Amino acid sequence: MTTSTEPATKPPGRPRRAKVRPGDRNFSWATRAAGVLILIVLAGVAAFLVREAIPAFRADPAEIDGGEGFFAYVWPLVFGTLVAAFIALIIATPLALGIALFISHYAPRRMAQGLGYVVDLLAAIPSVVYGLWGIQWLAPNVRGTWEWLADNLGFIPLFAGPASATGRTMMTAGVVLAVMILPIITAIAREVFLQTPTLHQEAALALGATRWEMIRMAVLPFGRPGLISGVMLGLGRALGETMAVAMVLSTGGFTWSMVSSGNNTIAAEIALDFPESAGIETNTLIAAGLVLFVITLAVNMLARWIVARREAFSGAN
Amino acid sequence: MSKRIDVSDLNVYYGDFLAVEGVTMAVEARSVTAFIGPSGCGKSTFIRTLNRLHEVVPGTRVEGKVLLDGQDLYGPAVDPVVVRRQIGMVFQRPNPFPTMSLRDNVLAGIKLNNSRMRKSEADDVVERSLRGANLWNEAKDRLDTPGSGLSGGQQQRLCIARAIAVEPDVLLMDEPCSALDPISTLAIEDLIAELKENYTIVIVTHNMQQAARVSDRTAFFNIAGTGQPGKLIEMDDTTKIFTNPGEKATEDYVSGRFG
Ligand SMILES: Nc1ncnc2c1ncn2[C@@H]1O[C@H](COP(=O)(O)OP(=O)(O)O)[C@@H](O)[C@H]1O
Ligand SMILES: [Mg+2]
Repeated sequence: MTTSTEPATKPPGRPRRAKVRPGDRNFSWATRAAGVLILIVLAGVAAFLVREAIPAFRADPAEIDGGEGFFAYVWPLVFGTLVAAFIALIIATPLALGIALFISHYAPRRMAQGLGYVVDLLAAIPSVVYGLWGIQWLAPNVRGTWEWLADNLGFIPLFAGPASATGRTMMTAGVVLAVMILPIITAIAREVFLQTPTLHQEAALALGATRWEMIRMAVLPFGRPGLISGVMLGLGRALGETMAVAMVLSTGGFTWSMVSSGNNTIAAEIALDFPESAGIETNTLIAAGLVLFVITLAVNMLARWIVARREAFSGAN
Repeated sequence: MSKRIDVSDLNVYYGDFLAVEGVTMAVEARSVTAFIGPSGCGKSTFIRTLNRLHEVVPGTRVEGKVLLDGQDLYGPAVDPVVVRRQIGMVFQRPNPFPTMSLRDNVLAGIKLNNSRMRKSEADDVVERSLRGANLWNEAKDRLDTPGSGLSGGQQQRLCIARAIAVEPDVLLMDEPCSALDPISTLAIEDLIAELKENYTIVIVTHNMQQAARVSDRTAFFNIAGTGQPGKLIEMDDTTKIFTNPGEKATEDYVSGRFG
């Protein structure tokens, strides 16, 4: 044993403190600055939207596009935005889940890498290209399907005929959006599935689970929060996607039918109308943008709430 | 329930690497068999061949025979999933499903076999299994809380409860106490002594006192050097292995005179 050579009492005026290293200090400063910067930008955008939107809320209803006030103007756009995004999610989520599981748990390693690469490439295609593809190839090819839906399921308002002759409908826009959000959801789902601890997968297998049962017992529950985040990111992109929808959709007034032309989304409406707008029209469009901002924020908060609700069971501890 | 295991001429590979070579042994029903040996000699690898879990690692294979009461587990018509339902396993690190409640953890294996089970029946299974794993008193008031909220020792007993809930023929344990404190270790050792009444138990352990305390028979594995395959050196009654082993290497290992 060695005896301590330190004096029993510390010299006055020199409290012991952990030495602050410059690297730590700089890093902590940089992260804080980045965080603050994001908040400032966000607040700036929100303030701009609110300031520019207020005239539209205050304006005489007759002055607003449609002549019945802002609310009457914006709700069909909100409907169109939500429905297009919803169609996209319904198509993309199961597909993304399947592809991600195939890559993470079924495909031979070589093939999994190739497939993952192809899906990532989808994310690199600009939305204008998706728009072109939607008009030139997809719309003519799905037209028949929408006609079939109108003929056979036309009693459901969503599929009420007559189907669009060009195929440039909400359903088509939804399919284009689905392809666009597929890579984000797939990439995130794949990553979280790959991170499932071997320990838990083997626990399931050792109980006599088949591969699919193992996935249901260990992989999906473990990946659930990540999957929800991925879906919400996809939803965020679908809600805000402008160019592809503006190109593909043959816009028009509100209709329940998703297989005929009509409806529009907030983002596409802004993109299409902004160049020729002036005065109160501009304010109206910005107010619509504010509504989109709020919707997206609400969607993100909802996602957080869903993830947090079952935190104790998340496996994070 | 409880069945015997006969292994003959088993070679176990990871890709081209022969990890365990030429193992022949018999494991009696309703007994505890301990596997001891230095790290890396293939104890985990070998025990995982007994429930066909070894082959879930890509590129691995097994040669030789493992008979469970005479039925070859590696026969061409045998489904590994069915094998694993008959042979339970407890791992080195406690691994209850973190996304499931205690109750669902215990029932996880049962639900694979028959998903439709009456609630009263399920309640019985949960109570019987948790009592069997000496966890009932600690768990009965928190059956709906997540398994990850338990202490390490409790989690390991939960894993034992999960394994015995399906009433397997054999229970394999790979260093079940190495991540636990001494008190929890004793609790598990007591449990093993009780479980032996009904199950064939195979346990890998690093702890020689533990092998001496809990097992009836002990198998000593060794490895000649890195890159060499692990081999079964000798297997005998535990008292014999620890007092008067047949091989010099075994004596060196159990007396602590080992590299
Ligand atoms: N997944 C694996 N892939 C390749 N080699 C492995 C793998 N797991 C274990 N091994 C090798 O097999 C040998 C036996 O390991 P293991 O069975 O874990 O030994 P023990 O459990 O006795 O410590 C070691 O050489 C180890 O490196
Ligand atoms: Mg081991």
